[in-house]
Amino acid sequence: MASTAIPANQAPVAPKLNYLNNGHTLKSWLLTTDHKRIAILYLISVSAFFFLGGFFAMLIRLELLTPEGDLLAADTYNKVFTMHGIVMVFFFLVPVVPAILGNFLIPLMVGAKDLAFPRINLLSWYLYVIGGILFLHCMLNGGVDTGWTFYTPYSTSASNTNVVEAGLAIFIAGFSSIFTGLNFIVTVHRMRAPGLTWDRLPLFVWSNYATSVVMILGTPVIAITMVLVIAERTLHLGIFDPRLGGDPVLFQHLFWFYSHPAVYIMILPSMGVISELVACFSRKRVFGYKFVALSSVAIAIFGFLVWAHHLFVAGISLYAAMVFSFLSFIVGVPSAVKVFNWTATLYKGSVSFATPMLYAFGFIGLFTIGGLTGLILATIGIDVHVTDTYFVVAHFHYVMVGGVLMGYLGGLHFWWPKISGRMYPEGWAKLSALFVFVGFNLTFFPQFILGYVGMPRRYWQYPPEFQVLNVLSTAGASVLAVGYLLPMIYLLWSLRYGPIAEANPWGAAGLEWQTTSPPPTFNFDETPVVTWEAYNYDEIPAPKELEAPVAR
Amino acid sequence: MHDSQAVTVMEHEAHNPALVHQFSDEKQQKNAASLGMWLFLVTEIMFFGGMFCAYLIYRLTYFNAFAAGSQQLNIWLGATNTAVLIVSSVTVVLAVKAAEAGKRKLLVGYLVVTVLLGMTFLVIKGFEYKEKFEKHHVPGSTFNFTEKFDDNGKQIPVNSKEAELFFSLYFVMTGMHAIHMIIGCVLFTGLAILAWKGHYTSSYFTPIENGGLYWHLVDIIWIYLFPLLYLISRHS
Amino acid sequence: MSKFLPLWPDQASTMASQVDALYIYLLLVSGIMTAVIFLAVAILAIKYRRVPGRDAHPIEGSMILEIGWTVLPFFVMLTFFVWGAVLFFQERTPPADATEVYVVAKQWMWKIEHMEGQREINELHVPTGENIKLIMTSQDVIHSFFIPAFRVKQDVLPGRYTTLWFKATKPGTYHLFCAEYCGTNHSGMGGDIVVMEPQDYAQWMAGGPALPLQDTGRALFAQLGCATCHRSDAQGRGPSLVGVYNSQVQLEDGRNVTADDNYLRESILDPSAKIVKGFNPVMNSFQGIVSEEQLNALVAYVKSLSEPPTGTAGLQDQPAPSPAQPQKAQVQ
Repeated sequence: MASTAIPANQAPVAPKLNYLNNGHTLKSWLLTTDHKRIAILYLISVSAFFFLGGFFAMLIRLELLTPEGDLLAADTYNKVFTMHGIVMVFFFLVPVVPAILGNFLIPLMVGAKDLAFPRINLLSWYLYVIGGILFLHCMLNGGVDTGWTFYTPYSTSASNTNVVEAGLAIFIAGFSSIFTGLNFIVTVHRMRAPGLTWDRLPLFVWSNYATSVVMILGTPVIAITMVLVIAERTLHLGIFDPRLGGDPVLFQHLFWFYSHPAVYIMILPSMGVISELVACFSRKRVFGYKFVALSSVAIAIFGFLVWAHHLFVAGISLYAAMVFSFLSFIVGVPSAVKVFNWTATLYKGSVSFATPMLYAFGFIGLFTIGGLTGLILATIGIDVHVTDTYFVVAHFHYVMVGGVLMGYLGGLHFWWPKISGRMYPEGWAKLSALFVFVGFNLTFFPQFILGYVGMPRRYWQYPPEFQVLNVLSTAGASVLAVGYLLPMIYLLWSLRYGPIAEANPWGAAGLEWQTTSPPPTFNFDETPVVTWEAYNYDEIPAPKELEAPVAR
Repeated sequence: MHDSQAVTVMEHEAHNPALVHQFSDEKQQKNAASLGMWLFLVTEIMFFGGMFCAYLIYRLTYFNAFAAGSQQLNIWLGATNTAVLIVSSVTVVLAVKAAEAGKRKLLVGYLVVTVLLGMTFLVIKGFEYKEKFEKHHVPGSTFNFTEKFDDNGKQIPVNSKEAELFFSLYFVMTGMHAIHMIIGCVLFTGLAILAWKGHYTSSYFTPIENGGLYWHLVDIIWIYLFPLLYLISRHS
Repeated sequence: MSKFLPLWPDQASTMASQVDALYIYLLLVSGIMTAVIFLAVAILAIKYRRVPGRDAHPIEGSMILEIGWTVLPFFVMLTFFVWGAVLFFQERTPPADATEVYVVAKQWMWKIEHMEGQREINELHVPTGENIKLIMTSQDVIHSFFIPAFRVKQDVLPGRYTTLWFKATKPGTYHLFCAEYCGTNHSGMGGDIVVMEPQDYAQWMAGGPALPLQDTGRALFAQLGCATCHRSDAQGRGPSLVGVYNSQVQLEDGRNVTADDNYLRESILDPSAKIVKGFNPVMNSFQGIVSEEQLNALVAYVKSLSEPPTGTAGLQDQPAPSPAQPQKAQVQ
């Protein structure tokens, strides 16, 4: 079949057998062991949960348009913010970059045919789905209203909602995470292509590796914590209930021992994406490669030492608070190092502004703000005032949405041609990025102010003087929603009508670009042998067009 | 494309039917499986670690009640169970050795004995739990603890709620351990069946090794549980 | 500040201006840092935008820069940490002369009891210029006592006391919020902190009949039979409680503990947890027998036994401790 110019309005056919068309039955998808297909399965299910979580967010912001609780009943509102948190944390933020982009790219990036344990990879998706279905059942059965943090004794003795089912859903989804991490670690250790030494690995691999270490060490702790909550609630044990001799603060320690490292599980892979984007769209190696690589490891390690900064006013001792405050500052240093290195990469680069790079810029800006406000929270004298207020809500949305989600969207657009074989429409993509950036800041910046003036979090109703700031926030959320809906539409559109992409439309470095778009099922026709350093952009010519290439 | 284009490498055909496609040779596959198993064991340690942590904190806070509770556990059954598990770890090692030597029947034999020892452990545990039930030491509405802490002859009464906390942790920790034992028995039964069918040879017995690692971990967890739970303040 | 667009909370306590000063410093540094990054990215991206014919210049890195931008931010962060820690230490160390007020939280209200016996629901009247220490506990789940205008917050836990202190400076009415999610009416569990000039406060205090908290406690002490064992002449089966508050107590198991508020509370609810040396564990628990408010009254009473005799009600029926007795827990 001739491969000359194909008119854009004809439904093009990808010429080769690739992972997408290698089997069309439902069974070939649901029983696949191909990491790329599993990534697509995750893409579909994780996106579905994102929109569910987004729906809950919309309800929250609509309720908060007015000071009175007039849209939802108080109990309903409490369930809505709880489920927004649970869905977004456990079913979106934790898996989004590792299970979608990581699953798809890591074997390609290390030159392997698949992950070390493909069937365990499939199992991890099924565990995610089972956990998800269980959670949906919990939701339809009346939901849960403990907050995503499940503090005791409210969750173990006072709440009369489906705490056990929610806890079980999280327990199961946690194993999905553990198996993903386990797979990544073994793959990176044992399956790198010949010549691919650790110091030649893409930074995306480094950050997913660090993430995986956190996943396998941290996730079991939330698992056992949920088991204890379930046991206490069903058997009335008293491990966390002071009336029975237990300690409610012990729950908080156990919970945050995982949940703090969990936020590094969320941000590290996204940071890995940014490294790839900044390198490609500056056409040079990331400045300070070794430092950026090791900073991921440093974040993973130190991330385990700071959990009690969530307990500064919870009743821990003065001295413990000081220790954890100090450690929380330490963990900020490697993140700052990354931001500086990305910025320095632009120097004497050849910078272009395709959508992925716009998301990378957005990430750098918003993560800087989010990270600095994290330092403000780590300052214990201030934390006493702002903890449990909208200041914290703003902080974590800056790093989670302004950070993780922007990184994900940047990566999704960057690797879209590789994943789907099609290019997305650049104009619409740029517009969406703008909507996301503007909408995001309008939604969450007013919340910093709201927090400092004293509006507590998880409030269904609030004093009237807080209304204007809340209205601004809700307005921003509507803009943000558009920014998220547009990619849904145009990415799906591109699957059928987008221009066919070539193997390396960005002229990017990395083994994934050395195979076809989309790749064949076993990734490479022949195992690559790596003789070059990572990000060898001085040896790769830039693509002819400055930004989005089209089909030839 | 450019000078540093990927150089092709000829793949060698997989001769061993046990070699799966993503690995280039058996050694890589074995190493990967081994590393995977060790990582999984680390997650198990973290999992139990949470419970051990809660236990240690409460033991420090409520020492007397915990000691009183511990003194009420059946130390003979507990010690027997410890011996049973240690012996079962020996049979696991012997099973791996048999697999390495290619001795199918011996391998199956040791695997079966391991499972039997595991079941023995569970049965003894069942008797222990029954005893707890009879003494009203099961947390919940039937709980009734009137025994005292025997501190070198001095009888110190303890708070019933704190003692109940000891038993709550006892049941959760040994219960979670028992669940892992059951999984181990099922796993080893499966391994025994596959071994009987000839799936494992002297050149491929990775599942036996990795299964063995799992069994050893469950054993080691018990070796920590036993003194922590049963031997608080046990003088002659 | 504007009533419909508040950009900054009121400053109504001594701590408020200190917290604000640190916050402004943090905002400034963060603002500068953010501006630096934003500008650097913008300028570099534009200056080095892709131009046909001009290739990127590969640069490995720079050890000096790496060290510089690791060490310098670290030192800046240290200033955040130290200032914050010092401030926190002050926030968490109530002055010794602070007036105590007891707070009991429950779903979904705040019950407040002044030492003079005045009770309030969802309202706390305080005078300006006086150190106030709140001694708080919860009847059910975790709550949190938050006064934005004072910049104070402390979780209120079931099963123990936590404390919070402040000195109000500006008369007015300020928000009290519950800041730890506690169920259906978490957002309705608010109230007012009413700060008054001292003379107005005294007038308010005198406004209603009230029995001082420690007198309520003394009555309970007698009614529940505590005095039978806890005799002040050290002849009882229980230790004398005169002078026990904040003293060092030697226990049966060898430990030495301070008899603080939580110790007194625990001694009533879980007496077998800490047995005083030389005594037997014969006291039964009062868990479920006394309410949180009664507990507060009893604790207030026992504390009053450590005050120097001023002829006030608290010590009238307790003989003063004889000077020959050592200042430690009474031993048989």
